[in-house]
Amino acid sequence: MKKRQTIFEKIWESHVVTQKKDYPAILYIDTHFIHEVTSPQAFASMKGKNRIVWNTNRTWATADHNVPTKNQHLVIRDLLSRHQVKMLTRNCQEFGIRLYGLGHPFQGIVHIIGPELGITQPGMTIVCGDSHTSTHGAFGTIAFGIGTSEVEEVLTTQCLLQNKPKTMRIEINGKLSSGVVAKDIILYIISKLTSSGATGYFIEYAGSTISSLSMEGRMTICNMSIEMGARGGMIAPDEITYKYMKGREFMPKGKDFEKAKKYWKTLPSDPGVKYDRVEKFQAEDVEPMVTYGTNPGMGIPISGKIPTTKQLFNVSDQMQLKKSLIYMGLEEGQTMKNKKVDYVFFGSCTNSRIEDFRMAAKFLKGKKKAPHIQAYLVPGSKQVEKQAKAEKLDKIFAEAGFELRGPGCSACLGMNEDKIPAGKYCVSTSNRNFEGRQGPGARTILVSPLTAAATAITGKITDPREFFKL
Amino acid sequence: MNINIITIIESTAVPLPIENIDTDKIIPARFLKATTRENFGKNLFIDWRQKPEFIFNNPKFKGEILVAGRNFGCGSSREHAAWALSDYGFKAVVSSFFADIFRGNALNNGLLPIQVSQQFLDALLLKITKDPSTKININLEKETISVPNMKKEEHFPIDPYKKICLMNGYNDIDYILSMKDTIIQFEKKI
Repeated sequence: MKKRQTIFEKIWESHVVTQKKDYPAILYIDTHFIHEVTSPQAFASMKGKNRIVWNTNRTWATADHNVPTKNQHLVIRDLLSRHQVKMLTRNCQEFGIRLYGLGHPFQGIVHIIGPELGITQPGMTIVCGDSHTSTHGAFGTIAFGIGTSEVEEVLTTQCLLQNKPKTMRIEINGKLSSGVVAKDIILYIISKLTSSGATGYFIEYAGSTISSLSMEGRMTICNMSIEMGARGGMIAPDEITYKYMKGREFMPKGKDFEKAKKYWKTLPSDPGVKYDRVEKFQAEDVEPMVTYGTNPGMGIPISGKIPTTKQLFNVSDQMQLKKSLIYMGLEEGQTMKNKKVDYVFFGSCTNSRIEDFRMAAKFLKGKKKAPHIQAYLVPGSKQVEKQAKAEKLDKIFAEAGFELRGPGCSACLGMNEDKIPAGKYCVSTSNRNFEGRQGPGARTILVSPLTAAATAITGKITDPREFFKL
Repeated sequence: MNINIITIIESTAVPLPIENIDTDKIIPARFLKATTRENFGKNLFIDWRQKPEFIFNNPKFKGEILVAGRNFGCGSSREHAAWALSDYGFKAVVSSFFADIFRGNALNNGLLPIQVSQQFLDALLLKITKDPSTKININLEKETISVPNMKKEEHFPIDPYKKICLMNGYNDIDYILSMKDTIIQFEKKI
């Protein structure tokens, strides 16, 4: 009888080129995404050694991390940013790599454009010099972030030396309550498993709640796998996946698609297969989530209270809580609900897809943001921007008082000029609430697009279920 | 990149008893605009260094070893974090737990991620905080970390392949390229 395997093991095994005893495997990489921030040093090193890119057809480039989101048609004002983006263009020209740079209709955040253009396909191994590469796992791929030395390794050899991680199955079953969305599920899981709880593992998300999610929702879940330390996270492809993929720009077409589908259908984990670890959650237990601290594991249900040091057993957890709350200007035992905030950031590779915008627009229609709130809407890609305009969602956001920007990573990491000022509170649909992440001294509160929309209107942290009468 | 050959590090250390230090903290994104690997050290922990009481501003604490709380290097995959630590002068980071991507990035730059037990880490942090002149000895070949007068030596785990690379100055790309024909054969079957 054939050995039972997980989806991870099936894809991994079919990509091992060779492996010497006691050595890491040489893993073949199907798709490599690059961007302006983590690639220039790799190209410089290759030039120094007179090396070429192994397979330019498997490499895709875009500019996202460091691009301005205002006036994208003009020359980039910041000199260092301009130079970095120019280096990407020059390197792509010299090495023969296709680039969706600023102004290109396919430009956008790397993890938004891969799936939306149909580059991301089940069964692939995908890497990128960015930790949120795990997003692509929503399509049943082994996708993970790498460093710049590894970017050079993949550009030069189309392979990566890797030790096989352990497997973890996270199962979520049941029906989500109204007003609870994919972002809340993943913030809930991270709050239970902690920001380091999945280190060393590759996660497979499964269960009836996951199966009923849209591809956008699945991407939001897989995106944040790294926030619990996991190498990556994946979901087996199914009819929802195939429906989403069909007809996209770089997808196989017609008979080729059907042929590929036959292979994709062999990928899901075999029934009864063993995982190194299994965690189970119930969808009914999940409420809209909100973070209070300085790592994504520090989250609570919106009806809950910030923990107190007395409730924590471990001295180091107590220290971490104290330090985080000083940075955040919050108190132990306080509720997050009704906390006045200053900014609302709608964007990032976690929540800047068309579905996120539709979800929020439905409720924002005809409403206005609170006067003291600065609200930004940053689409994940040119395609998302175009679609939002076609559906007139842009008008709804503009009338609600949101500032509409061009695509990019923007205030998620505060690399360009989109920063949150020191001491200010930003309710954000992004993925990291680290100290200084959105700018020196900025205080980030992670939430779902629904909670962000409700909060923008009231100006204080608001339960979307109550406000939108869900 | 060609890395320096490492076998033994003997140095005083800087204690940083904070857990979950993420790579945004090590080097914020606004300093990632450079297109070379050099000079990131001046912006290492830059936001914390603004505070006079931060340990890096205390001249008593110096050395080639950083001793930090568990889950060091979590978050972003930016290799700039490893470059910044190396450029500042660190050759090793000791912690009870490392984030995966950071560990790989550190090893690829000849910066040793030394994982020790929580007990050893706590004792070490106490010792160097009390006596900043304490010298720590890291022996890569024996895979041990020891402190004089602590009478305790701890074994640290390191990937056997990476150990060979570090001790001989080998790198991953040269190794993979030595299998070039195998990769070409593999590609033909796809």
